[in-house]
Amino acid sequence: MFQAERIRAMVEAALPDCRAEVLDDANDGEHFSARVTSSAFVGLNRVRQHQLVYAALGDHMRRDIHALQLKTMTPDEWAKETR
Amino acid sequence: MSAQDRIRQTVEGNRVVLYMKGTADYPQCGFSMRAVSVLRAIGVEFVAVDVLADPEVREGVKAYSNWPTIPQLYVDREFVGGSDIMMEMYESGELEKLIAAAP
Repeated sequence: MFQAERIRAMVEAALPDCRAEVLDDANDGEHFSARVTSSAFVGLNRVRQHQLVYAALGDHMRRDIHALQLKTMTPDEWAKETR
Repeated sequence: MSAQDRIRQTVEGNRVVLYMKGTADYPQCGFSMRAVSVLRAIGVEFVAVDVLADPEVREGVKAYSNWPTIPQLYVDREFVGGSDIMMEMYESGELEKLIAAAP
């Protein structure tokens, strides 16, 4: 059982200027979805952006988290999306 | 042959490869099903590899791409992404463009 709040804290701690919104979609502690923004994403393709988020979660991504649906955005994209 | 060698051979020998859970006709996971739907909507021929049939490939493909989840799409030897990226690229038309481009 893993908590959405823990994912949020780990991702925000690892990435600069980061905001993460994490939901436990199935309410099962295994299947999550997240929207993440960070200045570290600027200039990176989606694969590299997602890899940064996965890296922030380290071994939890293999062990505890069955699925993490991800949408990554640069701060500019985030501003547009949430305007 | 090691799992890494087998993965390399598959990815290098086929233009579009999807590593997934289950088969294209019987996906065993919603994310893999979504990935198959996207490729079928585009109408491209692809090789589907069922990682549930081979534990070494299941772990090996995660190391191969430095990507912790399945499904995984490869086009022209390059790792393209998982189901979220596939969906985003499908909706924006990027995936169709990538697949239509000559290798």
